[in-house]
Parts: sequence; structure tokens; C-alpha cells
Amino acid sequence: MANFYTENQDLQFQLSHPLMKKIVDLKEYGFADRDKFDYAPLDYEDAADTYHKVLEIIGEICETTIAPNAESVDHDGPQLIDNTVHYARGTQENLEMLNQAGLLGMSLPRKYGGLNFPITPYVIAAELVSRADAGFANIWGLQDCAETIHEFASDDVKNEFLPRFQYGATAAMDLTEPDAGSDLQSVQLKAHYDQARDIWILNGVKRFITNGDADISLVLARSEEGTSDGRGLSLFVFDRTDGGMVVRRIENKLGIKGSPTCELVFKDAPSKLVGDRRMGLIKYVMALMNSARLGIGAQSVGISEAAYREALKYAGEREQFGKPIVQFPAVYELLTVMKVKLQASRALLYETARFVDVYKAYANHSEHRKLEKEERDEMKYYQRLADVYTPLIKLMASEYCNQIAYDAIQIHGGTGFMKDFPVERLFRDARITTIYEGTSQLQVVAAIRGVTTGVYLSKIREYENLKVSPDQELLKKRLIEMTTEYEHAILKAQKSEEEEYLDFHARRLVEMAAHIIMGYLLLLDSERDPVYRDSARIFIQRAQSWNRERMLFIHQFEPNDLGLYKMDVMKL
Amino acid sequence: MKSLKIIVLAKQVPDTRNVGKDAMKADGTVNRGALAAIFNPEDLNALEQALRIKDRYPESEIVILTMGPGRAAEIIREAIYRGADKGYLLTDRKFAGSDTLATSYALSMAIRKMEPYAMVIAGRQAIDGDTAQVGPQVAEKLGLPQVTYVEEIQEITNNKIVIKRRLERGVEIVKSSLPLLITVHNSAPACRPRHAKRLMKFKHAQTVTEMQDNSEDYISLQQDRPYLRIEEWSVDDVKADDSMLGLSGSPTKVKKIDNVVFKAKESKVLTAQNVDIEWLVKELITNNTIG
Repeated sequence: MANFYTENQDLQFQLSHPLMKKIVDLKEYGFADRDKFDYAPLDYEDAADTYHKVLEIIGEICETTIAPNAESVDHDGPQLIDNTVHYARGTQENLEMLNQAGLLGMSLPRKYGGLNFPITPYVIAAELVSRADAGFANIWGLQDCAETIHEFASDDVKNEFLPRFQYGATAAMDLTEPDAGSDLQSVQLKAHYDQARDIWILNGVKRFITNGDADISLVLARSEEGTSDGRGLSLFVFDRTDGGMVVRRIENKLGIKGSPTCELVFKDAPSKLVGDRRMGLIKYVMALMNSARLGIGAQSVGISEAAYREALKYAGEREQFGKPIVQFPAVYELLTVMKVKLQASRALLYETARFVDVYKAYANHSEHRKLEKEERDEMKYYQRLADVYTPLIKLMASEYCNQIAYDAIQIHGGTGFMKDFPVERLFRDARITTIYEGTSQLQVVAAIRGVTTGVYLSKIREYENLKVSPDQELLKKRLIEMTTEYEHAILKAQKSEEEEYLDFHARRLVEMAAHIIMGYLLLLDSERDPVYRDSARIFIQRAQSWNRERMLFIHQFEPNDLGLYKMDVMKL
Repeated sequence: MKSLKIIVLAKQVPDTRNVGKDAMKADGTVNRGALAAIFNPEDLNALEQALRIKDRYPESEIVILTMGPGRAAEIIREAIYRGADKGYLLTDRKFAGSDTLATSYALSMAIRKMEPYAMVIAGRQAIDGDTAQVGPQVAEKLGLPQVTYVEEIQEITNNKIVIKRRLERGVEIVKSSLPLLITVHNSAPACRPRHAKRLMKFKHAQTVTEMQDNSEDYISLQQDRPYLRIEEWSVDDVKADDSMLGLSGSPTKVKKIDNVVFKAKESKVLTAQNVDIEWLVKELITNNTIG
């Protein structure tokens, strides 16, 4: 193995995207920190070089520590002793190593001891760690919670909690309950205000909480008595050392076994309010979920990368009928499609990360100064894009990741079914990605807005208006054809009076949009570096047939057909 | 005891662990252009030992000393990212071609310039020459007690140190006075990673030679922050005798270099039949591999 970062040209390519300069300039406020902090960058080139070098550190730790520990961590898993979680030995080593390298709180501002990293290089780091061990990536990735505290909490809460991340504090977000999974409006855990002590007291149960025994937890709780919907929920920050919370059990899972999934019991646990009452779910958790979804996108791409590499290596080494199996069309087609799916999801991942970066940077500026009209428009533009690209990347990357992991085992044949090779672990780890932080079905519910409001289409038109070199015009022509077909399919799906009709076709429409967008991203990438030309060509070739299949289905579908799909629904 | 000055000897070496076809030139010398330049692995084990002492006595100062061409300054930056305080680059054309005798002489002269110090720590050997001579020779020249093959520093007080050595068939615990020189074995703990914030703080640390190409913005930054200056020492700076350096100071002569090709010999082909497996098990028990 080699350094996970330096050996992956795709990541360095994404880090050097032209939009990065704008992102860094905004994020660094004209590099004002250079006189206040001895580790702040001097200019854009300095910042870019810093990201590169820090990612090199992470790449090295992935190579030398996290990846080699992954098998034993999967095997040993965390343990529950006296109601507290004890990580596997490998997990402890990984955390200690990342902590020694100062890699917690990466995106926090310097005044809280953070590295002030934009989201894009942070997502690259998350992809690297996920490739090394997807389960561990959850524990490390929960430093996202720091971002939520930073964005919404009062200065007192920020000053109390944020500086702890640089010294390795771990975090958790406690949302799910036994009767509140996808439907978080039903959260029951109670919070009541203790006036004498000026604190909030938490009572209730949380379930399926990743890294539930963390140092710092964000807890969604019902603060408004007598309410039953999302507007009665607030967000609280809980410090484990204050007591009042125990871990009742750790779940035994199919995959990501190194990451402890906990059932928590809060009994008179003291906590502090984050931001305003009643905003817990409708504002803060939505923001937290969006960054978590981008995180799952990164995790999915990381697992895909690992699975593809394992499959490629094996296909080159394994000989049958007197030659390496990679030389058989059935195998090389599988492998190549895996690779272009991986590259397409990566292209979409970093496009989304950049959109989030620009809009968050502007949002941050707007707290310190009044934005110019142009800037406000730009912020809104990127926010709209981030809102509809985030569910898209979560959906596509996690589904591709499962397909790639499935095919990686297929390429290994019977060997892949055994515990002897890492692919079986990757396959198990992949499975959760289409489920948590909102199932694929829920991502479609969020993404369909991008279809109906035309946000995807107008961005597709923008891509269309960018120039490509003459010999790539043919590919662009195909994408334009696909766009026309997509528009027709939307019209057809919206025609019906039946309300469920659009919902029924929503996933097909969202995927059609995703294929066109990913096709454009690969095409544009290949304009910036010819190395992506073949991938762009193959992806667009496949994507056109995938879209045709969806289009055909939608066109041939009669409104009455909906009933067919309820054949057993009525019997229940 | 509050603080110790610890000198760590480090060398930039070609990465001989990943040797390709063009690693050697036709004349039998190492083709440095074809191999990545890295921090000699056991010197990283040595640095970690120094850092552990600094963990215990945070006032301690860790100084990196390396000899080499200008680009070896990278080793000093790397050590600083991992926690060292500062470094000196011993660089001069007159050092070129030095063997272990000349090198240890040069290093010992530089170390004299840094007195007083509590310890000199080096890796056991470098992966290019693999002689394991430089550490011990430096100790001889400085008249220091030396402990080689060090795996762990168990105890360190004002003028006493207790050390565990890794030997071929076991370990040995030894005691010594300070100052001393130790060479660290690769069974000692691996070095901690580069720290992101230290990297950001010190990435502009440069030698005077490197600074020459900088823009004005960077030059003024380096002037404002004296810790961004890596000292370069020449032969004159360390008051060394020219005749004891370089080719004239190096009695080692390379007579000839052979290409070693590993060949399997006395091999026995076994099939998956019971009779062969039984033979193998008996053989392994006989030669004490198992049982």
C-alpha cells in the first residue's frame, strides 16, 4: 500500500478545481488571520499547499494505521462494560494517532483551536478515512457536530465546548428514538428547564445512536410540553462528564461493526440549549443532517474506492483458463463500469462540497457584515444548488457503493464470499449507506424538488453552455438528447391528476437528472484533464441507456397501473 | 530535572525499500534521482525517543542535526512538524564523498558547537549504507558513553539513564551516566505523526539558501518570525579540518559491487497429498518450527 492521498490523482485533481480559489478567499476573509495566528495561511497558494500537506498526513495515517487495523476492529468491535462503551484496541489507536496529528475540529475557526478547513478538503479527508475503515470514519466524522454548535449556539456554549475538539473530544448526534426514525417529528425525549440551576434536564431514551457514549452529544428533545410535532423540539448539548446518561446496550450489526451503535437512557441529565427553542428540528437538525448526508456521500465513495481497488487487484492476479480473469470481457466490463461509477460519484461529491462551501462561507460573512446584492444573489444561488445536490449525492454515491461492493465480491468469486479477503467486510459496511442519515427513498423525497422546481434543469443548461473541445461535441450532443428526454419524462409524470403518480416515478426522474449531471461533470473534468476522457465517454454511453429505460417505463405507464403495484397492499 | 538538550542525528536517504529497475547506475552507485528522498526510518524511531523525553520534561529542547545537500533541510522541517524544536543543516561541498569516518568527524565537530547537551540520539543505521557505524564513531570522537540497539528509555534522572536494548536473543537493561549517545533500533515505537498545526506553523521554515528565491511577502514573514530560519553550518562554521573530510578524509574504498540475485535452492515440491503433508509436518517438528 502507499499513501492513500498521494496515490489518488482524482483527489488532487478535485482539490485544484478553479472554484477553490473563491472558496478559500471567502473562508479566509482576505487572509486576515495571518497576523493573529502563527499557523494561518498567507495567501491562496499557501492555503492550497497546506490542504495538500495535511491530507498527506491523513493519507499516511490511513495507510499505516487505520487500514491495517480495520480487520481486527471489525472482528473485535466495541464492548459495553459497566454501561460505558470501550472501543476496540484498533479504534483507540486510530483515534490517538489522528489526535496526535491534530486532525479533530478541522473545519472550526482558529479562535476555537480549529484548522479553519473549508468543507471540500475536509470531505476529501473523510473519503480517505472511509476507504481505510468506513466504521471508524463514523466516529471521526462526528466532528461535524462541532460545526453545528459553531453555527447555531450562543457564545457561551461555543466557548465551553468548541475548544475541546482540538484535544480529541469525540461527538455524537442523538436524534433517533424507538418510535422516531425517518419521522423525527415524533421525538419524545423530554427536556424541562430548571430555573434555579439555569439548565435543561433531559429524560428519555435514544436508540441507534452512533458513538452514543461520546464526550459531547447533541440531543434532540421535546422542550415544549403539550406539543406533538417538529415545532416543539429543541437541540441540546450534553457533556458526558456531567452524568445522567447511561448506555443500555450496543447493537450487534451487519456492518460498520467498529462503530458503536448505542441505546441511551437519559435520567435527569443536565444539558444546555443550542440556539433558540423550537428550532431544534426544523433548523438545526436539518443543517446537521445535510452535512451528515454529505459525509455519507464521502463514506460511500471511500468504500467504493476500496472495493474497486480490491477487485482490480484480484482480477489481475487470479488466473483461470490459463490467463488472468481481467482479460475476459465479462470481467473487464464489470470492472470498468465499477470504475466509472466511482469516478462519477466522486465528481458529484466534490461539486456538491464546493456548492456547500461557497454558500456557507457567504452565510458566515453575512453574520459579520452586510452582503452586497451580488453576493446575496450568489449565496442564494449556491444554497439552492447545495440543497438539491446534497440528497442527490447521498442517494447516488450510496447506491453505487453497494453496487460496486457487490460486483467486487462477484469478481472474487467464491473467494470473495469467504472472510479471508477484505471485500466481504466492504460489502457489509456498504449496506448501511443507503439507509442511515435518511434512506434512499427519503433522499428522493428531498431531491424531487430539484426536478419539479427546475433547479437541476437550469444547472444542466449552465453546464451545457460551457464550451468543450470539438472532438468532445459528440458526447455533449448525447447529454443534450438525454436532457430533452428528461424534460419529456417530467412532463409525462406531472400530467396525471393522481397525486401519487409523481411520487411513484420520483426516483426514476431524480436518477435521470443525476445521470445527466454526472455525465456533464465527467465531461467537464475531462476538459480540464484528458485522463478523464475515457471515463466520461463510457459513463455517458451507459447513462444514456439507463435513462432510456426509465423514460420508456414512464411513457408506457398508465395512471391505472398504479393500482397494480398495490396488489398486496390492500390485503394488509 | 527540568530540561534536557537532546540532539537527534537524522539522515535523508533514498527510499531503498521501494527499489525499481533503475535504482543503481551502471557504475554501481545509487541512482538518487530514481528514488524518493525520505527520513531514514530508524532516525524516526530515534526522534520518537527524544519526543517521549520531552513529553515527560516539556522544557527540554530537541535539536535535529543533519548533514547533506541543501534539500536535506526537508528532514529538519519534517522533524519539526513531528515535535522537534529546531535544526541545523551541516552542508558544504567539502563534505561530499565522506565515508562513515569523515561523516562522524563532521557531525562530532558540529555537536561540540552545541555544548552543553544531555544526549545524542541516532538511528541504529541508515537504509542506504547500512553500516551502523556513524553513531558509535561519533560517540568515540566525543568521548561519550554509548548504548546501541536501544528499544526503550525506562528511566532518566539528573545524571542517570536506564535503557532497554534489543539484542538478537533477548533484551538487556543497562545503566549509564549522562551525557551519552544512544542508537535506536527499529523495534522501538514508531514516530508520532506530523502535527497539522505544527506543519502550518513551520512549513515556511527555510535555510538561508532556500530563502533566496522567496517573494518579498515571504521574506518579511521570515524576518518577523525568527523561528522560521534553519541554520546552515559550513566546514568553517564547525571549525573542521578539511583534510579529514570528503574523499581525502575517507579511507573507505569500494572495490566492487555485486548484483545479488536470490535463487531458490534445495527446494522440494509438495503436492496436496497426505503423504507430502505428513512429510512437511514431520520436517517442521524436526527443525523446531512447530511443536
